[in-house]
Amino acid sequence: MALAPSGMRTPAPPPVDGGRPDSAAAPRPRRRRRPLTPIMLLVPTTIVLLAIIGWPLLQLVIISFQEFGRPQVFGAPAPFVGLDNYADVLTDSAFWAVLSRSFLFAAVNVVLTMTLGTLVAVLMMRLTRFFRLLVSIGLLLAWAMPALTAVVVWGWMFDTQFGVINYLLSQLPGVDMIGHSWLIEPLSFFAVATVIITWQSVPFVAFTIYAGLTQVPGEVLEAAQLDGAGGLARFRLIVFPYLKSIFIVVTILQVIWDLRVFTQIYALQGIGGIREQTSTIGVYIFQTSLGTGDFGAGGAIAVILVIIMMSISIYYVRKSIQEETL
Amino acid sequence: MSPALLKRRVTTVALSAIAVVIFLMSVFPVYWMVNSSFLPNNAIRGPEPHFWPDEFTWRNYEVVLGEGGRAPFLPALGTSITVTLLTVMIALLFAFLAALAVTRFRFRGRKSFILAILVIQMIPAEAMIVSTFRVLDGWQLLNTVAGLTFVYVATVLPFTIWTLRGFVNGVPIDLEEAAMIDGCTRTQAFWKITFPLLAPGLVATGVFAFIQAWNEFLLALVVMSRPEMMTLPVWLRTFQQATQTTNWAAIMAGSTLMAIPVIIFFLVVQGRMTSGLVAGAVKG
Repeated sequence: MALAPSGMRTPAPPPVDGGRPDSAAAPRPRRRRRPLTPIMLLVPTTIVLLAIIGWPLLQLVIISFQEFGRPQVFGAPAPFVGLDNYADVLTDSAFWAVLSRSFLFAAVNVVLTMTLGTLVAVLMMRLTRFFRLLVSIGLLLAWAMPALTAVVVWGWMFDTQFGVINYLLSQLPGVDMIGHSWLIEPLSFFAVATVIITWQSVPFVAFTIYAGLTQVPGEVLEAAQLDGAGGLARFRLIVFPYLKSIFIVVTILQVIWDLRVFTQIYALQGIGGIREQTSTIGVYIFQTSLGTGDFGAGGAIAVILVIIMMSISIYYVRKSIQEETL
Repeated sequence: MSPALLKRRVTTVALSAIAVVIFLMSVFPVYWMVNSSFLPNNAIRGPEPHFWPDEFTWRNYEVVLGEGGRAPFLPALGTSITVTLLTVMIALLFAFLAALAVTRFRFRGRKSFILAILVIQMIPAEAMIVSTFRVLDGWQLLNTVAGLTFVYVATVLPFTIWTLRGFVNGVPIDLEEAAMIDGCTRTQAFWKITFPLLAPGLVATGVFAFIQAWNEFLLALVVMSRPEMMTLPVWLRTFQQATQTTNWAAIMAGSTLMAIPVIIFFLVVQGRMTSGLVAGAVKG
């Protein structure tokens, strides 16, 4: 169960070695023995994952086929109701509203984060040592902020009465933003959420792609430059193919994270948004389960979300297996 | 000065200016948090914001750290540190072993394992709250450091393995084979050759695990329901509710206290991390 909620983005997946054929990475056939060692190496991980992910997941699927409300939490028997929970959820217009809202929000955030992250990475390649360090420190600070504190701080900066952002905007001639609420109107609410999420996600993308960029052999780029390739052409024809698998991995992760974003939306709603109009799928599951107490329906939505996520990423996983030969 | 040189100078200056803007935009919220935390609450609720702490005060920190009452800070700090460090150590060890298995061996089920790792990562935590709670309850692990650590290890393992896998791939197997030809056993080759070369990768991955565990909010809320077992994020939430009148200055002090260890940790490993990410890969 990856939480990766939010702002916390991981250090870079390392650069991929340049198209080394798979056989070279495998032990030579002459040394092939009975594969006991790898199994032993996987035992600790497998036990933990089965106990903490596998077993609860099984329970979740079972719950999604049961009538499971508050009485069942306290021990009442849970009758099986077949696909009733799924039918209820799929015919509920609120569910579809939440789902399309989540997709739209994720799409905007992923595109924005990837674009800005790539631009910052390219910029870092061209900076002098001092300015590169400056940008790195800035990005690290944003990246390091705990998601919850980030939302709290941005909530304070966007505060209706005393927020610094309203104050600064009001300094512009003819603008008076004091008393303007950023969170009441859904579109504006999501704009604020997008600012927070992008602010915290760009560092991960930038560092990862920067690490990849430093792996692109300089000689090839120089040769291309001598042959007359411009900056954009060099990026498209040389850099991008080199970094393709990094781009794919990072994009998958961004999609996964942004699609089921929880902490930012939930905490922002606490500061002042209208829940019904601003819930994304993650928050909606939480509200249906813990808020309303309908764990059966919440389970069904969770299972649907998991299926959506898998179908999205299976496509990418297949692609990356083809390209990278895992 | 030749036109080409001039053009290059201008470009450098322009890029540096953009760098400064990016720096300011990244840093400002962090600065604003710290700045607000050192100002009296009535000062930050004025018509003009204070852009630096000219009415400097420790009062907000006294409010946060003192009083005990509903939301004591220090026990939460202790719980957070314990759970986080345990998670990092266990996750790194398990992930290193698993990453070796999937990169250095070919065996049946290898691809399924990698796929499972990817799939598990897509299961949203909020969907699993209820069933995780019930399972842990059955094992008497609610409100224990062991219980939360167990959950966090499982939570960070998939990505930790996925990331380390790439780092191990970056260490050429030829090095291990050379060591084995020179008389090392396979285990020795792993520990003496691969492991040191992997240090940057382990640092990067460890940072990830650290941050995940330190910041995690939802599962901590569910697993650690007793006030004396709170972790810092849960504490911040409780504190925010406890100070009903939106004492932004005190909330900023609390946020600062929670954010500072992560930020320091990050900056300390920063040099090793970026150079590590670069050095971790094979040249040529």
